[in-house]
Amino acid sequence: MSNTIRIKAPGQARRGEVMELKAMIRHPMETGYRRDLYGKQIPEDILDRFECRYNGEVVFSAEFFRATAADPFLTFYTVATESGTLEFRWLGQDESVYRESVQLEVK
Amino acid sequence: MANRIDRRQFLARGAALASVSLAPAVFASPAEVELELAGLFGDRPIQEGRVTLKVPPIVENGYSVPLTVEVDSPMTAEEHVRRIVLFAEENPQPNIARFTLGPRAGRASIQTRIRMGGSQKIRAVAELSDGSLWSTETFSIVTLAACVIQ
Repeated sequence: MSNTIRIKAPGQARRGEVMELKAMIRHPMETGYRRDLYGKQIPEDILDRFECRYNGEVVFSAEFFRATAADPFLTFYTVATESGTLEFRWLGQDESVYRESVQLEVK
Repeated sequence: MANRIDRRQFLARGAALASVSLAPAVFASPAEVELELAGLFGDRPIQEGRVTLKVPPIVENGYSVPLTVEVDSPMTAEEHVRRIVLFAEENPQPNIARFTLGPRAGRASIQTRIRMGGSQKIRAVAELSDGSLWSTETFSIVTLAACVIQ
């Protein structure tokens, strides 16, 4: 399964600045309602959780359901506190984990 | 020939289509949304206001609908948004997404993309750090619904 992750985050920020973060992952978010060409139900396959960790601490998280569109996309904000790593993590119903990290320099 | 469909396949597909179109549509209801809210927040009162929800009034493609939710809050340690939950009354399942924020978010604003199974009300409820609940709703007309067709 393809799982291309796209992150948009500033590489640098001033301390106290509110940063805009964008995170997208390629995923079908299969609802379990659809059927294939032969009428067989396509099983449900959903990423049900997203987390953004700033130097290990969760600063934003989301729960997704069937009504979240395919290729789930989020724009959210966080305050620049210190230099370090922003980690973006998606968790699937089947215990799968997808992650991506970006470095941040805070001046 | 790879693209040729034999008679058996043709019949199977026809049967599949018929079963889909005849399947009874099971959708959520405002009562189901209330039930979800009671499960999340108990019987605490929900007030109108402070939450802004932006969904296009006319949606051409119900499979991917841009949505923005914002809450009027200073997002300080003393006063911030804890949680935002989104509901669709007429989807097969009422939950859309839930977000957990805190003072480190800096700004209570989130954008995402949702699925809509028909024209309906979308509702957002925010829980603030003082425990108060705030809500808003918006109505969108959907021309191509998700879920209903393949």
